[in-house]
This record gives sequence, C-alpha cells and structure tokens, in this order.
Amino acid sequence: MKYAYFPGCVSQGGAPELHTATKLICQKLGIEIQEISGWTCCGAGVMQEKNQLFSDTLNARTFAKAEQAGLPILTICSTCQGVMGQANLRMKRDPEYLAQINSYLAEEGLEYKGTAEPKHLLWILIEDYGLDNLLAQVTRPLSGLRVAPFYGCYIVRPTEALDIEEHPERQTSLETLIEKVGATLVDFAGKTRCCGFPILTINEKNSVAMVAKHTAEVKELGADAMVTPCPLCHLNLDGYQPKASKQLNRSINLPILHLPQLIGLALGFSHQEMGLQKHIIDTKPLQLKIGAGS
Amino acid sequence: MDVKVNIRRYDPDAGAPASFWQEFSLAVPETATVLDALIQIREEMDGTLSLRCSCRSAICGSCAMRVNGHAVLACKTRASESLNSEGVVTVEPAGNMPVVKDLVVDFDTFWDKIRAVEPYLQPQGPEPEGEYIASNESMLHLSSVTACIMCGACVSDCTVLEVDPTFLGPAALAKAYRFTADPRDGDAAGVSQRRLEQLSLPSGMWDCTRCNECVQVCPKGVAPMDRIMALREQAISLGLGDNNGARHAEAFTESVAHSGRLDELRLPVKTVGMFNLPALFSFLPVGLRAMTHGKLPPLVHKSVENVQSVRRLFSKVSQPPK
Ligand code: FES
Repeated sequence: MKYAYFPGCVSQGGAPELHTATKLICQKLGIEIQEISGWTCCGAGVMQEKNQLFSDTLNARTFAKAEQAGLPILTICSTCQGVMGQANLRMKRDPEYLAQINSYLAEEGLEYKGTAEPKHLLWILIEDYGLDNLLAQVTRPLSGLRVAPFYGCYIVRPTEALDIEEHPERQTSLETLIEKVGATLVDFAGKTRCCGFPILTINEKNSVAMVAKHTAEVKELGADAMVTPCPLCHLNLDGYQPKASKQLNRSINLPILHLPQLIGLALGFSHQEMGLQKHIIDTKPLQLKIGAGS
Repeated sequence: MDVKVNIRRYDPDAGAPASFWQEFSLAVPETATVLDALIQIREEMDGTLSLRCSCRSAICGSCAMRVNGHAVLACKTRASESLNSEGVVTVEPAGNMPVVKDLVVDFDTFWDKIRAVEPYLQPQGPEPEGEYIASNESMLHLSSVTACIMCGACVSDCTVLEVDPTFLGPAALAKAYRFTADPRDGDAAGVSQRRLEQLSLPSGMWDCTRCNECVQVCPKGVAPMDRIMALREQAISLGLGDNNGARHAEAFTESVAHSGRLDELRLPVKTVGMFNLPALFSFLPVGLRAMTHGKLPPLVHKSVENVQSVRRLFSKVSQPPK
C-alpha cells in the first residue's frame, strides 16, 4: 500500500507530534507514504472566503502532482480532507471550471485530470487497510481506557463532498476505531459539532466556550481522553482548554489525542514516541492507565 | 409498520421535571412521515402532545424539529428512514430557541433578528417609469436564497448560537445577503455599504465558525453559510476590512500566496492587528505554554519547494478576467 502523503500546515507547525506519530504508525503498519513534493496549504476554508479560485487552483496543483506520482492521496486533517473534497467536487462538477484552472496550471507544466480522491487516514485504516489487519497489529489493547470521539466539522459536513452516501460507515468511523483498539467508547452528541477553532482570533470568547462545552461534557461522562482526526480541533481543545477551564471556573483536564497517537499507543509505541509530552493538557494519567512507558 | 417514537416533552404547567422523555409505540403506514406519526399520536394516544404544522408538504416551514439529533422538517422526513436498529425514532424540539411546550418553540428572537437586517428592498435614486429592471441572471442567483421558508432549522443547529445567543445567525444573515446581492437594492456605495457595515459588527457575519451545520440541515438548499461567506467577500471587496475576521482572511491568503503554506505564528498577530496590545498579550500565555511543550511553529517560516510557481499562479488567478 502506497500513498501520496499530504501532511497539511498544522502538522508542520503547531502540531508536529501529529506528523511524527503518523510516520511511525504507517511504517509499523506497512503503509508506505511519500510526501507530495511542494504541496501547498489547502486554504482551510479561510482562503476560500477571499479567493476561492486561487485556493482551488492550489488544490488542483497538489492533486495534479499526486496524479503524476500515480498515487492516491492520504490526508491527516479533517479540515484538509473536507476542503480538498469540496474543491475537488467543484472541479469535477464543472468541466469549464476545471479547464480554466488547468489553463493556469499548464504554464507550470501541470494538468489535473480529475481523478484524485483524497482520503483521510481515518477512512484508509477502515476501508483500505482493513480492521482485521489492524487488529492483528495491536499489541497493547487499550482496555479500560474511556475515549470520546471528536470528528471536526469538515469530515462530517457537507456530506456530498465526503462521499457519505457511498460510504455510510464513515459517519461512525472514529467510534469504530476507538472500539477496535480495545478502548471503551464514550459517545456524546457533541462529537460532530464545532471545536470553535475557526473563530479563535475573531471571537475568542465564543471559541473557548465551545471548547469548554465539549471537553467538560465528556469529562462528566467519565472519559479519560478525547480523540480527534483534526489537528485544528486539537489545537483548540488542547491548547485552549486552560482558558476554557477558567471560563467555566473549574478544572477540566481532559487529554486530547490525535488519531494516529491513539492507534500508535495500541500498536505498542511509547508515550514519548507518540509525542504525548508535547500536549498542553497533561497526558500522564493516560500513560499510567495503559502502562505506555515513558 | 411498527414504530416507537421517543419524544422529549415539556409542560410548563406541570412543574418539575423540566423535560422528560416519553416513548409511544404505534403502527403507521409504510409511507408515513415523522409528522404523520406525531399527528397520529396526538389524535389517538395523547391529546396533550403539542406541535406545530400546517401544509404537511414542506412549504410553510412550521414543522422544523430535531429528529435523531438534527433539525429537519418533520413532514419531509420519512419515519421508515429514521428508525434506529431498535425501531425507535427520537424527536425533540428545535434547538437554540426556548421551548413553549413539547415540540413548540418560541420564535421571537428568530423574527427579531430577521427584522434587524431590514429585510426589504431599499432602492435609491428616482423611481423608474415602470418596474425596476433586474437581470435574469441576478434573479436566478437569488432564487436559492429566496427559497428560504423561515423554518428555523438552521438556527436550531447553529453551533455559534449554542454558545452565544447574540449572534445574528444563519437565517438572518442569509436573508441579509438576499438584499445585498439584489441589484435593485441601492448601489454598492450606498445602501449595500451601510448594510455590510452593520453586518460586519460583532455578532454579525464574522462570528460564523463555518461549521456547515446550517448547510447540511437546510431543507430548501439555501446554504446559509455559503451566503455568509459571500457577504464576507462583498465586505472585503468594499474595503470593510477593519475587523479581525477580514484581516484573518487577508493575512491567511497573503501568507499562502507568498510561501505556499500558512505562517501560523504571524497569522494571529496580523488578525488582531499589529497594534492591538491587549489582544496580543492574551495570546501570550497560550504561546508560552506551547513553547515549553516544544510545539511552537517554527520562528522562521520556510517556503515550499518551487514557491515561484505558487506566486505565479496567484498573480495569474488574481488578474481580472479579460
Ligand atoms: S408542515 Fe409545513 S413545512 Fe412541514
């Protein structure tokens, strides 16, 4: 199995532990990943507000490079996944639009043929790799660990850009993986809501209120941790949890895991290897609970 | 077909508990909608069940409520397609609005916000002899927004309203766009400018978190969030950029156009404004905490390989069409 790897800006900046954990687990699972050379930002939905054509062109550029390499694209961020899916849909639905974009790309020696289908690691593990194969690699079942899912808006909505109709199992993919690695699922209605990250620098109070609402809710349900396939959610749910605690006037202390970290722990990697010491919210209680070494 | 309808009920006169779940088991025709089932319960099982409906054909917008956790028109939702593995469908009142009784919510704030955007045409200049002329294109463009039936489904599931009731919300903002994008509504420098200035204030268009809930639940394809994004584009193009939201979009695009990727370190600074010291200091504790955990973005932002190609694409794409 080989993929064109699209790391996304956050794994290169604010959440380097995501990149490291991804590389380690893919290696262990025998999933070969080859970083797309010169990949660019997906636009995160923000650039689309200002200049959709430019952001779609950049995504087409990335898609074209993966096509050239002849590899399917692997993403590790709900936002990248959703935004690229939406851009792809606009181009596939409107051949004239795609032709316009290709006219820009032509001068760069590139052409997007419209065959790319970016796929999040979350889906790849279930649909391509297979749950049985994954289970066969689990050396440290996370039994006794109570984990809540948090998807990130862009991997949930709008469904048409995510092929949900064809793949209804994607709607419960995170729950499936939590249970597959032996953890106990702490289900809650907020799992598909917004973490507040996009308005962090615009309306911090509201953004932090969203963090407070979701983290405090699952904490009350007895969760030991929350897992997310979106590093932007992670930045907010982890990094701004101290502020959320202050807003609520009580401590929350809910460790937030990146999806590959959860998988990695079950594959036997140590706390340190998965970069859990890099989180803002102390992850030691988790480490003790599952005995993940230092 | 046997169905179990689990309804979140509330009766203000009954005192505590504030709200409670009640499950009804009944047989309904295969083609029944959730609304049909609810009406059958009210007619045959419990006459005290309160709900709103009128057209039963997805036209009037009265019957928005949450089915299995998401806002829908009950009359447009098949019961058979809403059952879980135990044959149960869960019905709750719409969210983000106070419950009056059972499935009936109070729409006062909904209408207040619609009124706040002055939802009527405000033409400028001398009246034409005949009618105001608008192009077919512009009206077709507006047709999806005018399809709104004010059912409140988008408001029910809005993630911002959940934490901040002062937010104008998806329905009112989409309605506002219906006028700022109407060629008969004044001109760009006049009425639209004033409208967009108003909508750029706190609690307005920039407070949307782009979660797509409203796009997903709207039963009429209005896609309110997309209209909010279009409002932002209009505001930016009129030069109404003196707010964090507009600066954020500008700085983001600037960073990517320059280096191909996002400069996470400088983005917040540019967003709140270089001279906004209180806001900059509020980022400090988080930044310091990140730094001590070894996860601050690199101080020197590197460009992607072959960044010239990104810059060329940006200038090409940004040229006005010939
Ligand atoms: S009853 Fe009119 S929309 Fe449902």
